Amino acid sequence: MSAKHEPTAKQIKEEKLYRQMGMTDEEFQLAEEKLGRLPNYTETGLFSALWSEHCSYKSSKPVLRKFPTEGTRVLQGPGEGAGIVDIGDNQAVVFKMESHNSPSAIEPFIGAATGAGGVLRDVFSMGARPVALVNSLRFGDLSEARDRYLFEEAVAGIASYGNKIGIPTIAGEVQFDQCYSKRPLVNAMAVGLLNHEDIQKGVASGVGNTVMYAGAKTGRDGIHGATMSSSEVSVEEEAELPVMQAGDPFLEKLVMEACLELVKSDALIGIQDMGAAGLTSSAAEMASKAGYGVELNLDFVPQREKGMTAYEMMLSESQERMLIVVKNGREQEITDLFAKYDIEAVAIGKVTDDKMLRLLHKGEVVAEVSADALAEDAPVYHKKSEEPAYYKEFQSMENAEPVVDDLKGTLKELLKRPTIASKEWVYKQFDTHALRNTVVAPGSSAGVIRVEGTNKGLAMTSDCNSRYVYLDPEIGGKIAVAEAARNLVCSGAEPIAITDCLNFGSADKPEVFWQFEKSAEGISAACLSLNTPVISGNVSLSNEVNGVPVYPTPTIGMVGIAHDLSHVITTEFKNAGDIIYLIGEAGMDFGGSELQQMTEGKISGKAPAIDLEVEAQRQKELLAAIQEGLVQSATDLSEGGFAIALCEKAFGAEGLGAGVTINGSAVTALFSETQSRFLVTVKEEQAAAFEAAVKDAVKIGIVTDQNEIVIKGENETLIEGSVDEFRSEWTGAIQRLLNPRA
Amino acid sequence: MKFAILTFPGSGSDVDLYHAIHEVLGQEAEYVRHTESDLSDFDAVLIPSGASYGDYLRPGALALSTPVIESLKEFAASGKPVVGVGNGFQILTEAGLLPGAFLRNKGLKFRSGNTKLTVQNAETIFTSEYEQGQEISIPFAHEYGNYFVDEQTITELKNDQRIVFTYANDNVDGSTEAIAGVLNEQGNVLGMMPLPDRAVEEIIGGTDGLPLFNSIVKRWSEQNVSQA
Repeated sequence: MSAKHEPTAKQIKEEKLYRQMGMTDEEFQLAEEKLGRLPNYTETGLFSALWSEHCSYKSSKPVLRKFPTEGTRVLQGPGEGAGIVDIGDNQAVVFKMESHNSPSAIEPFIGAATGAGGVLRDVFSMGARPVALVNSLRFGDLSEARDRYLFEEAVAGIASYGNKIGIPTIAGEVQFDQCYSKRPLVNAMAVGLLNHEDIQKGVASGVGNTVMYAGAKTGRDGIHGATMSSSEVSVEEEAELPVMQAGDPFLEKLVMEACLELVKSDALIGIQDMGAAGLTSSAAEMASKAGYGVELNLDFVPQREKGMTAYEMMLSESQERMLIVVKNGREQEITDLFAKYDIEAVAIGKVTDDKMLRLLHKGEVVAEVSADALAEDAPVYHKKSEEPAYYKEFQSMENAEPVVDDLKGTLKELLKRPTIASKEWVYKQFDTHALRNTVVAPGSSAGVIRVEGTNKGLAMTSDCNSRYVYLDPEIGGKIAVAEAARNLVCSGAEPIAITDCLNFGSADKPEVFWQFEKSAEGISAACLSLNTPVISGNVSLSNEVNGVPVYPTPTIGMVGIAHDLSHVITTEFKNAGDIIYLIGEAGMDFGGSELQQMTEGKISGKAPAIDLEVEAQRQKELLAAIQEGLVQSATDLSEGGFAIALCEKAFGAEGLGAGVTINGSAVTALFSETQSRFLVTVKEEQAAAFEAAVKDAVKIGIVTDQNEIVIKGENETLIEGSVDEFRSEWTGAIQRLLNPRA
Repeated sequence: MKFAILTFPGSGSDVDLYHAIHEVLGQEAEYVRHTESDLSDFDAVLIPSGASYGDYLRPGALALSTPVIESLKEFAASGKPVVGVGNGFQILTEAGLLPGAFLRNKGLKFRSGNTKLTVQNAETIFTSEYEQGQEISIPFAHEYGNYFVDEQTITELKNDQRIVFTYANDNVDGSTEAIAGVLNEQGNVLGMMPLPDRAVEEIIGGTDGLPLFNSIVKRWSEQNVSQA
């Protein structure tokens, strides 16, 4: 559409055209007030994009403010591209998780790939070199062709982007449930490292300084992507969606290398990724954060297509673009720097003192809006919150044990459930060892990379059991954080901070907003108990298909420090003769468990209880024991409970098995999902020291050199079989689900 | 000894090679950009893995249009050692410095992991520090790792003992005769899909890649001592 065919300001108001851009009547009125006149078409576009939930967090802000965000290590909390945490030796770790759910539901390969690209830019725009990727995926249970397609393509897309840009994917998780059918969640987390003096911020300060544009040309792709991802996608509507932005990892690699050279330059004032709402959000946010204004001449914006309007340029979400502010007079050296990487960098504007975002196009001022009004003054909604009826019903149910006749058969069935089965099919497609620092690759509790030049490691994981969150959002939120911390501890690392990706249904539904609030409370409580502040995050609302929300899924991405690489341990058994200890007793906790879902076809009841004091104490003791070198292997008990954890410890080891004896009701002891539990192995000669260090540890058996798993109850053998017999169910289960006819 | 590590736009494992040569072996290493046109200063040239030019068109194909390729050909003709790993191997075949071509993996998916290789010829300048028939564990990561050569070339490669490494157990990606690494006729250019530069430290990927680099350094030291 050419500018002269754009509707007039009057038409926009009278015909309520702003509604098509996702603005409410009240929001349009507020924009008009802020502006002191009617906004024109371009200006309406600016408001609608920046006041979308994706950019403004207008519905989630009141809840997000309650997160604990401070800590002795925190150098940068939420509000910038990514958060930053000190790791000693003048170094810091930078990380952030982001969703790319809506695009992945439509065009899974491109959607998922672009998600990885965006979050990487958030990290390197802080001045950090990305060192690892983590991803958290949720799909339907693979019984339907559409979900198999979405899953296969999304994984390939993530792999393609990460592998080509040369950054290892070292951790993540995948869970499958029909609540995600046709509405997958694709959350990508990027982790980077920097030296303290290289920290950059997205600020446009210093009157007369030059605003530069670097990276890919602007096209008509992804226009209004931010608004789109803030609304529900119904399957029938797909055809009407705007052209989706596509990522180019090759270009991003060049942009990244150039930016990492740029951050060493004293000409640089500020840098920010043109992410959601592209040029609009980066320009307005950089000006607003710095307390200045920005004037852009859109004639100078590199354009991929002919005849682009100001509206299109400002709202395009073309990928691999950065907005940079440099000292006046230093433009040529910046252009030369980017040219070395075959990247275009051009001056498109300047910093002003009037706090306005002013856009010139073809000799005319086409928009003039207060930067603060766009970036800071979005309306804040206190959404209605209401406890759902299902919650009351579930809370009134007594805990019960699912009926199981055949223990061994049940274990084998559980092992091939896609959520429990080996994820090798997924992570084999990722280049897990790029950049030569991967100490623990996917397949263990957490991924671990070496911090180059030191003897330290960074461990990372992502976790969220959304079934628990659905049954009880507060408890589920606590468990998500606790489980992430367990995974780090089981790898020998001290948890230091989290990023979150809060995936929910529509916040306009009071029941969904209640889930959102409650789970945030749970997350906050666990973060305080475990001393892991929230340093960055992302909110993805409206994850619904045809009005039905997905389970509330607040994914937690957590990073920890292994203070010495010699502390790093993995899941699998190490030596025959080692003693197997179980930390924590089993209770009858089957609400939301894999066994409940499998036997009853649905979940109900109470989520497993969690006592954060017990959790913190056990983690502290176990980590200390690991750091003292008392532990050979460790894993936490999660989906499927004890029997699954025991099998996984045997699967990773060649030629080792286990003989254990457990107490109490067999089904509970084997499969319950009681929280705060661990399974570890210890050398016989260190047993006394270990028992003194970890007070809840109970000896239950030994690692054998037999290829057998033998689980005995008080009076009888409960499960007995060869390791291979169990492993064959677990390995390749996902591949078999993807090729049902093979 | 002075190594050149060629970098093309999109190269990823240039840092791995630099780390292996400079930090682990303690030898001199220098990055040489694709725009350079003189390699005569160097004693060996290494071509890294990664996705040069985003693997667009065909992996390795677009690197051919860069100035450094002519000097690479001259360097190879001079008899000094050249090693291409992963994408570097693909570039060497595209440049005609090694026979064969690459197809997409048989399973059509990117694969990464560790693989066992058999050292088929321990009498090359790249493998003298291995034992003949030794089995080594080397990481790999590729989508186009399915090496293809025609029957006549295979016979030549076999007769001249130019097949240096083969996949020991699983030739999952479908390479002809399970070839993982080959030499040129003169024996001074080696291409291999697995990545020895990722196996030079015990804590990361093991150390089975070290003998390859050590072999190159050892031969150079011997020659330079005898010349002195």
